[in-house]
Amino acid sequence: MRFPLFTPGSDPGPDFAELVRRAGLEPPVPPSPTGGLLDPLAVTHGTTVVAVRYLDGVVMAGDRRATSGNWISHRAMEKVFPADRHSAVAIAGAAGPAMEMVKLFQLQLEHYEKVEGSALSLEGKANQLGQMVRQHLPAAMQGMAVVPLFAGYDLRRRSGRLFQYDVTGGRYEESNFAATGSGSLHAGTVVKLGFREGIGRGDVIDLVLAALWQAADEDSATGGPDPIRNIYPVVATVTSDGFTRVGEEEVAGRFETYVAEISARARESRRVPETSDLGGADGDSS
Amino acid sequence: MSMPFYVAPEQVMKDRADYARKGIARGRSLAAVLYDDGVLICAENPSTTLRKVSEIYDRIAFAGVGRYSEFDQLRIAGVRHADLKGYSFSREDVDARSLANQYAQILNQVFTHEIKPLEVEILVAEVAEDPEIAGGDERRDKDQLFHILYDGTVMDERNFTVLGGEADAIAARLDESFAEGMTLDQALRAAVKALAGSDRTLTSDELEVAVLARSNGRRAFERIEDERVDQILGAEGQ
Repeated sequence: MRFPLFTPGSDPGPDFAELVRRAGLEPPVPPSPTGGLLDPLAVTHGTTVVAVRYLDGVVMAGDRRATSGNWISHRAMEKVFPADRHSAVAIAGAAGPAMEMVKLFQLQLEHYEKVEGSALSLEGKANQLGQMVRQHLPAAMQGMAVVPLFAGYDLRRRSGRLFQYDVTGGRYEESNFAATGSGSLHAGTVVKLGFREGIGRGDVIDLVLAALWQAADEDSATGGPDPIRNIYPVVATVTSDGFTRVGEEEVAGRFETYVAEISARARESRRVPETSDLGGADGDSS
Repeated sequence: MSMPFYVAPEQVMKDRADYARKGIARGRSLAAVLYDDGVLICAENPSTTLRKVSEIYDRIAFAGVGRYSEFDQLRIAGVRHADLKGYSFSREDVDARSLANQYAQILNQVFTHEIKPLEVEILVAEVAEDPEIAGGDERRDKDQLFHILYDGTVMDERNFTVLGGEADAIAARLDESFAEGMTLDQALRAAVKALAGSDRTLTSDELEVAVLARSNGRRAFERIEDERVDQILGAEGQ
């Protein structure tokens, strides 16, 4: 590996992606869309992630399932990562490019911080990720879309902030919550109904877990809690103290409470119509 | 057309070395000391924005004395090299020894082939991993200090090292007070005392202090704030 010394005129500055290109390590450019579409079902996809702002910062959560078409390709995939000390990134979409994007994003933030001697602003980090998504657009057109969520604690404004993206790299700041991935519609609705200003840590974790549960209930590509294999969604908080992953035991415990609650509710309510009961006199099982 | 005079190679090298040494001696010195939790780097530096000590990678730090623009360029190249290496292989594969050798190559190249040698002396320090994580890998279970001179000479130092014009005098003073397994407070006091000498006292305003601490987790590098430095230095008399 050549030692990366540059003349002042050709210096790549604190841009790690540019440095990677200069070093000849750039990932192969995906073939042009005219080269035929890749079967999107053959590519491993990650699914539902949510982020919610709360009293001390933001919370981010993601299920653990990755699917290729109707196959479950991984049961324990992680989709929520620390981007740096005070921010987190979560991904949905084609797993391979998404993981690569997160890795490059983490490195970019750290590289900038080391070269420049100070970290990027939260806004700067969000824009950086937007650029990476935009650069990925050709691959997205071929069915390998990556749609991340970015959230962090803004040390200058002293509050949590969150950002949503679209495949073109469009960056949208959300004030209270955001969700992306195949189960995002259901997860987002649960969060929307349960969110209130000034929500605390315990309540907001319960809320995102409920959101993921409901998403998993409606969307086959989203995984629910798996007590048999001891696999639970990844939940992390970002506050002024930085990124902290919520302990697996705490997540398991909160799920247990939630499951007990909805089981009790299900027992009280009527059962679903039984399929064997063909000759139903009421005629409402048409 | 003028003919260049013949100058003996010995003379050329000597002139260049003198030039570099003079440049380095104009700046202030810096000391690195091993302590119980890693490596302490303490520089005499009145500036709060232009840094002499900085982070290269998870367990690697860089320090330089001499001409700021030159060692800062080397620092950035080091960060780039380490980040690229970690990106294309693995974070574990980035080590101080290989980086120190790269620096030595560059400094040697410039010293022998360019008009002007770099007027810098640099330090590449690496903190050892926890013995449990290192798992008997001997490259990773010892703290390392690589001291590299303006001409590319690399020295693998033990316990402590001093960079700069007055290095010998400071190292002699540090040798008296150094003990293995010092705490951070003891190590900092020893380093500051050695840097100051008998007729001066240094305060946090004139110092830049940073550590590579094993207990910090993945990114071991940490700057010690002025208040904490004052606290440690002030506690000495009690």
